[in-house]
Formats: sequence, C-alpha cells, structure tokens
Amino acid sequence: MTTAIEHLTGQLPRRKWTDYFTFCTDHKVIGIQYLVTSFLFFFIGGSFAEAMRTELATPDPDFVSPELYNQLMTLHGTIMIFLWIVPAGAAFANYLIPLMIGAEDMAFPRLNAVAFWLTPPGGVLLIASFFVGAPQAGWTSYPPLSLISGKWGEEIWILSVLLVGTSSILGAINFVTTILKMRIKDMDLHSMPLFCWAMLATSSLILLSTPVLAAALILLSFDLIAGTSFFNPTGGGDPVVYQHLFWFYSHPAVYIMILPFFGVISEVIPVHARKPIFGYRAIAYSSLAISFLGLIVWAHHMFTSGTPGWLRMFFMATTMLIAVPTGIKIFSWCGTLWGGKINLNSAMLFAIGFLASFLMGGLTGIMVASVPFDIHVHDTYFVVGHFHYVLFGGSALALFSGVYHWFPKMTGKMVNENLGRLHFALMFIGLNLTFLPMHQLGLQGMNRRIALYDPQFQGLNQLSTLGAYLLAVSTFPFVINVIWSLWKGEAAARNPWRALTLEWQTASPPIIENFEEEPVLWSGPYDFGIDSETIDSEETVAEMLAEVGAEAR
Amino acid sequence: MNIPSNIITLIIGIVITLISLWYGQHHGLMPVAASKDAEQIDGIFNFMMTIATGLFLLVEGILLYCVIRFRRRPGDQTDGPPVEGNVPLEILWTAIPTVIVFILAVYSFEVYNSLGGLDPVISADRPSETVAMKQHHAGHDHMLAMAPQSRVALGIGTSPENGKVEPLVVDVKGIQYAWIFSYPETGIISGELHAPIDRPVQLNISAGDVIHAVWIPQLRLKQDAIPGHDATLVFKTDVAGEYPIICAELCGSYHGGMKAMFYAQTPDEFETWVAANRPASESGEAVALHLPDPQIMTDTEYLAPYAQEMGINSAALAQVKAVSADAI
Repeated sequence: MTTAIEHLTGQLPRRKWTDYFTFCTDHKVIGIQYLVTSFLFFFIGGSFAEAMRTELATPDPDFVSPELYNQLMTLHGTIMIFLWIVPAGAAFANYLIPLMIGAEDMAFPRLNAVAFWLTPPGGVLLIASFFVGAPQAGWTSYPPLSLISGKWGEEIWILSVLLVGTSSILGAINFVTTILKMRIKDMDLHSMPLFCWAMLATSSLILLSTPVLAAALILLSFDLIAGTSFFNPTGGGDPVVYQHLFWFYSHPAVYIMILPFFGVISEVIPVHARKPIFGYRAIAYSSLAISFLGLIVWAHHMFTSGTPGWLRMFFMATTMLIAVPTGIKIFSWCGTLWGGKINLNSAMLFAIGFLASFLMGGLTGIMVASVPFDIHVHDTYFVVGHFHYVLFGGSALALFSGVYHWFPKMTGKMVNENLGRLHFALMFIGLNLTFLPMHQLGLQGMNRRIALYDPQFQGLNQLSTLGAYLLAVSTFPFVINVIWSLWKGEAAARNPWRALTLEWQTASPPIIENFEEEPVLWSGPYDFGIDSETIDSEETVAEMLAEVGAEAR
Repeated sequence: MNIPSNIITLIIGIVITLISLWYGQHHGLMPVAASKDAEQIDGIFNFMMTIATGLFLLVEGILLYCVIRFRRRPGDQTDGPPVEGNVPLEILWTAIPTVIVFILAVYSFEVYNSLGGLDPVISADRPSETVAMKQHHAGHDHMLAMAPQSRVALGIGTSPENGKVEPLVVDVKGIQYAWIFSYPETGIISGELHAPIDRPVQLNISAGDVIHAVWIPQLRLKQDAIPGHDATLVFKTDVAGEYPIICAELCGSYHGGMKAMFYAQTPDEFETWVAANRPASESGEAVALHLPDPQIMTDTEYLAPYAQEMGINSAALAQVKAVSADAI
C-alpha cells in the first residue's frame, strides 16, 4: 500500500526552479519566494547591524560617520521588521495554511502573488535610497526630524513601507478568508492546527492597524513634499498626532511579528516532545486575547512625550494585562514538554531556545509597562535589549525552528542535524552576549540611536559587539547547511517527524495540487500517545490514511 | 502530571524565593539615586526584579529539567502520556500572573502619583496663554519662534511634599545639539543646569527645532521636549553631585553628543555660582543669544558659539567638533 502511494507521487509533476522567479500563483511557490526573499534581507539588515556594533566597539564615531550610522540604524530597523520578520511570517502562512487545512491553494491565488511581488520592489527601493541619502530619522520617522533630515531618502522610506504594508494587508485578507472558508469539511475551528489560529489573530490585527500606518505615512509625505502642516509644528501641526497614528500600527506590529511564531512553536513542540499540546484552547484563545489587547496599548511608547497622567495609567494597565495571555502560552508550552519524549534535534533546540530567551523579553516587557520605571529607561539601551530579546530571542529563534522543522516538507531533503546544532549553539550564545549587556547599559544611562557614547560604557559595549560578531558567525553553518542539504541531503520521507497535521500527509515536497486526493482528518492535530500502537510508524499512518480514504470514497 | 514529591517542591520553592529576594535588592544595576523620588522608582524596580528573578528561575529551571529528564532515549519511538490539559493548573497559572500584574499596576500607580504625575495643577489642561506668558519674562521670546501657539504637554509634577516651597524655575530649551538653561529669577542663561539641593526645581521644557528629551539618569526622570508643546518637570534632589543631562530622543546626527551637566549644589555653592554668573545688565538682554540656522551652517560653525558663551561640557563638545571636522 505504502509503495503504491510512493510510486504514485513519483510520477506527479513538481516545480522547476525557474518557477520561483515568475508570477506563479501556487501558494507553495509564493511561500518559498517570501522565505528566500526575507532571508536575503536578513543578511543585508544583519550586515548593517554588524557595522553599527563595530562602530559602537569604541566610544568615538570612528568607523562610520554619525550620519551614516543613523542611516544604517534606520535601515536596519526597517529591513528587519518589514522585510525579514513580517514576510517570513507570511512565508510560513502561505506555505502551510492551505496544506494544514487540506485546501488546494489560498482563497485568492492571484492576490497572493500580487502581495508577494510588492515586497521585493519595496526592499530594493529602500536600499537604493543610499544613492540619494538614506533616511536617518529612525524606523519611527518622528517629525519634525524626518521632515528636515533628507527629503528624498525619507520619501523613499515612506514609499517602501507603504508597498510592504499594502502587501501585508493583501496577505492578511487572503489568510483570513482561506482559514475561515477553505478548511476540509471535517475540520472545525477547534480541530485546526494552532498555527492557523495564530495567523487568524495576526491577520485580524494587520487588517485593523496597518491602514492607520498608511494614513500616517501619506500625511507625513504631504508634509514632506507638498508643504502641508499635519505634523509640522512650524505651520501649526502637531508631531504628537503622528506618534499616536504611528504607534497605533507599530505596537500591534510587535504582535504581528511574534504571533505567527507563537504558532510555529505550538506546532514544533508537541511533535518533537511526542505529547499533545497542553491546553489547546487556552493557547488558541490567548492569541486572540493578545491581538485584542495589542490594539489598546500603543501609547505606552509615549509615556515621556506628554501623555496625560490618567491616560498613562490606562495604557500601563492594558500593557501589563498582556502578560497574562502570554504567560498562559509559555506555561502551556512548558506543560507540553513536561513528561514528553523530547527529541533534541535542531528544530526542538531552537524552540526551547525560543522559550528560554523570549521569557527574558517578556519579563522586561512587564517592567517597561510600569510608567515610573519606563520614564527612566524609555529610549535607552534597556529598551533595545528588551525588544531584541522579544524579536531575536523570540521571533527569530522560532523562525529558525520552523525552518528546520518544515525544511524536509518544503524541499524533500533532510537537514544536517550537526550543523543545525552548531548553528543553534553559536546563535544562542551570541544573542545573549549581544543583548544581555544592553539592559545594564540602559539602566546606567546609555541612550539609544547614538554613534558616540560616554567612555564609561565601553566595556559592556565591547561585550555586546563580540556577541554580534558571534551572531554573524552563527549564520554560516545555517547557510552551509541549507545549501549542502539541498544539494546532497538525505531524501525526506513524507512524514519524517511522525507529525499529525495534514501537511505531513502529502509528499515531500508536496505535489502541485497539494494532495493526491482530498485528505481526511483521522486524528486531531496533536493526538500523540492516544492510540500509540496504531500510529507509531509511518507505514501504519499511510495504511490508515489509505483505508480511511477508501471508505470516504 | 508527574510532579516531584512535595518536600522537594517546597525546598526548591524556598530556594528560588530566597535567591529572588536577595537578587532583587542586590542587583546593583541602577546608578546613584539623587532624590527621594528616584529611590521610590528604584523600589519599584527592585520589586519587579524580585518577581522577574523568581519567574526566570522557575521557567528556566523547568526547561532545563525537561531537557535533561525527559530527553528521548535512543531507539525509543513511543509517545509521551496523552495529557491534554489540567484545568486547576491552568486556572492557577492564569490567576497568579493576573494577581502579580494587578499588584504591580497598583504599586506603579502609587509611585507615579507620589511623583506628582496626577497632580491636579500640572495634569489639568491649562490654557495655552498662561504658558506663553510665562515664557516672556526673561526677554528671550524670540527663541520661541518655532512655537507660536504653545500647547501644554503634561510632564511630571510636584510631589506633595515638594509643593510647599516655591520652586526654582528654569526654562530649558533643546536645540540641535545643545541644551540652553535660562534662569528667570536671576537672568542667567547657561549651558549648565545648576540647582540647590532640597529646593524643588521646575523645568519648563521646550524645543527649538526637533524633538529632544531631557533625561537625568540619577533622578530617573525623563521628559520629551516637543516643538509646539511645553512640558513641565518638577523634582527635588537630595544628594549633591554632578549628573549628566542626556538627550534621549533621536534629534539628528550628533544626537549622541548632545549632553549637558546638572550640578546639584548646596545652597551656598549655588549662591556663589549665581553671583559669579549673574549678567552685568539686569535686563538680561545683554546675553541674548543669536540663534543660528542649523540648515545653512556646518556643525562646527553652529556649535562654536555655545562652546564659547555657555560653557557646555568641554569634553563632550571637543568630541562633537572632532567628529564634525571628520565628517566635513
């Protein structure tokens, strides 16, 4: 029976490599396009970070000029957020959602391709801004600084962010519709993989908040080139209004960057711990709670900009409340690990590394929510350390975990586990060495976004720079692993991890139509250990699948 | 769930609590606290560090324990126990963070209130005229060119015990890349902030070009200076000393070099400084500054007058000048 299926898949059409450079509407191609593009930008954004850390190894601005430093800093932030983490989340969503819910493609395949093809021009445009003087007002682009520090660089930044923002809105429409309308008939919302729940929460958040950013940027653009005074104080405009509009999107953006990866972790941990996810509903609903609360916390970025006292208290309370659903998730993942049979392969190492370091970002997150304390650390390296623990220790580690977990499915090749473990070890040490000292720097008095600093901070800065170099080195085993595994890697079975979600029921890589025949839901997504003698080998899985399939017909 | 025996759990709990309590008080991460308010903020930070250390040890401990204890043995292809949830446990770990967050919010509120953040005088939206009027007394209203209609941004106000003494009022203006401090009482205009300890200081903060932020780490206080919005920051220092005033909001290329010093002095030292720096003509016009246009000048040209006339921290300025020379 098994051989018959293997034989069958051997004959089905596969994608050519040239398809990845076309306006292809296959969600799997678009997923890979997103992933590869986002990683190209990760290397560019990462090299900017290395240049900045090299500059900060000494107190004097001797490696790059302060102008160039601010340009690198602005582009580093913009690229890592809008062109790496957000598109990488979209990459997983594009690749996995239809497979996980048993659909042939997304609800709107062409819209999906349009959404992707807005991203590369956005990124190329942004980097090309170096030719006219890159933007240097930070990724927040607060007026009036953004209005006076280089008109064309700023305008390009606005256009570029508008392009990727539009892409993200189009993607979100597609994800919501696909998740709600395209599931196979047996799959209700509560038997859906948690990654889909996470994307449902993320997409709702994108749809509610991104248009506000677009509005803010278009008004800023008017101020910049048409001479209006929406935010320009010399003409009676109000810079604080921009901050409200900007953070109405950009705080939820933090959740747009982390929620998909919460979903990834919820997929990886049960499979490699061989246990059902602990508290499925709690994890699913906490994503929705985070996305709702995420909409009403934005002014915590403005505690020092003259927000009235009572409003600061409101935003403090809502911000602190987010710790509750986030805590539920972390405890649930720990509960899943407890008593499991943990397979410490690369995917699982990155997932556990995620738990260990995201915790750090979460704890400092509660601290900065407290208004009196935030007034001290706002705009300091404490905050830089905090959000890098959330975004690198959180999103990025989970992203790598997902890459290792789904690499066999996406490419049909297994990764080299030894290189993967080396990658993890270097990256985990590197990130702690880079971002941990930043907390102390900030508390002691080092402000952020500076190319020159007080000599008393040199020691910790050098430690941080050393960590940044280690982070750079850690990407080499990853790149080598990906290239070597694609070229010479061991062929992957359709379900090497013995996972239970639907994407593992099709060939690796999946055929163009995703499934040979409509997949059948014969277990919940995480029903490990429930009927272990019948589902503990891949042969039995395939047999059961075929039997149930025959019955269904 | 296979929880270890009660005694071991209890001992681990006690050890984690003791370590957290000790580390929460002895982390040594904060700089000197120069005021009672700063000590309150340190109190809240120590409290949060205690809780955070406890949670950190708990969760990292669970992770390490899981990785060691529940690691898959070679050749073991079986699954773990099919535990899908545990309602009492889930209620417990939802309730505990909720309670912690609630306590933390109330504690933060109390501290913020005692800093004067909810001070009715400061927090009430005063009509813009009063503020605009206040800006005129030292005869340097031409410096307000960017703020034709000042709107009040609410800063941090007088904490209750500070309210009895008339504060020393200092107008602080942030421009790229310097702070200008004007003392309406004495007519002094300086690049340094001098204030006696044990007397409240009221900073009226404004910005000339872009957004800046006044940050004095030893006071744990920060307030943005936003063009078109004036903000007030009231504080009282208890420990004499020299503290940096740092610009915390990105304000351009030399943002990192925008620093000034705050001298918290004994009343005698302060009087000496006032006597030495009081302008010859009481009108204050004699020291009126000509405000250069940063758009048309190089940074060196632009910074030069401040260095000569206002005694900006010379080391910081030399650094900035060296940089701008390099850049040109």
